[in-house]
Amino acid sequence: MYKIAVIGDYDSIYGFAALGLDTFPVSDLEAAEKLFQKLVMGEYAVIYITESLAEKLSRIIAKYKEQVTPSIILIPGISGNTGKGIEGVKKCVEQAVGSDILFSN
Amino acid sequence: MAAKQVNPTRMELTRLKKKLATAVRGHKLLKDKRDELMRQFLDLVRENMELREKVEAGIKEANKNFVIAKAAMSEQELHSALIAPKQEVYLETSKRNVMSVDIPVFEYKTRTADENDIYSYGFAFTSSDLDGAVKSLSDKLPDMLRLAEIEKACQLMASEIEKTRRRVNALEHVIIPETRQNIKYITMKLDENERSTQIRLMKVKDMMLEETHHYKEKMFNVEEA
Repeated sequence: MYKIAVIGDYDSIYGFAALGLDTFPVSDLEAAEKLFQKLVMGEYAVIYITESLAEKLSRIIAKYKEQVTPSIILIPGISGNTGKGIEGVKKCVEQAVGSDILFSN
Repeated sequence: MAAKQVNPTRMELTRLKKKLATAVRGHKLLKDKRDELMRQFLDLVRENMELREKVEAGIKEANKNFVIAKAAMSEQELHSALIAPKQEVYLETSKRNVMSVDIPVFEYKTRTADENDIYSYGFAFTSSDLDGAVKSLSDKLPDMLRLAEIEKACQLMASEIEKTRRRVNALEHVIIPETRQNIKYITMKLDENERSTQIRLMKVKDMMLEETHHYKEKMFNVEEA
């Protein structure tokens, strides 16, 4: 039985608590890194992370890209969409095909 | 030109021929695998993009609603309204095998049977905007989970396609031509050896015949006569 986690700054994620997802508000980077490591090891199959935080943790996130769980998904934060999530999908196409033939325009 | 030294022996030739057969067969299989993976990947990644756009728009909308709700309430009230969630979401994960790639399948369960049972607060002290905000976010949850599933699948498939593509290329452009070259080299070398043995035998035969029957002398005699 797995659960779903949401990490990011408090303002971006507090709403998810009402849905029954586990929210983990973080403010400083070091704590975020530690928390992330803990969540990945733990009982979470899906981790939603705000784009702005994901950018800072991209090195660690990349490590879990080829594992079946957890699935780490970027979501836009309250301050808006940075386009990082879309970029991730494009990267995926690039890796598979060799160049982005689907969404390049 | 053969890249490395090969022994021109019959045993080596048999070994290389077997290797070539395996390589050709493997190449065909891997190529099929790559094509099929690519086909499925392209469908999946299109859906991924669509879903992502939908989810991002939805979350943006929900965030807007939350900001409005927050404006109408004090921070403390908001905190206490959301501090003890009523609903809980569990995931049941299983794996699906697509062309030897394990992709996750999530099935989600909510703690209370009623999916609309999401308001963890009394309605007396909260603004109605909060209800709307929570509802708008909760409507997006199935899409978000589907996105988690698909995006992970895309990532896994992308890396598998990359690996398979490299293998196909290595077989096609390195292993198979090299083995063919080696086989050719050995065949030619063996043929050459055979020819030289035959010539040697003929020569020896000539020499032996000459010694016993004195062919040469006879030939001279015939010419003289």
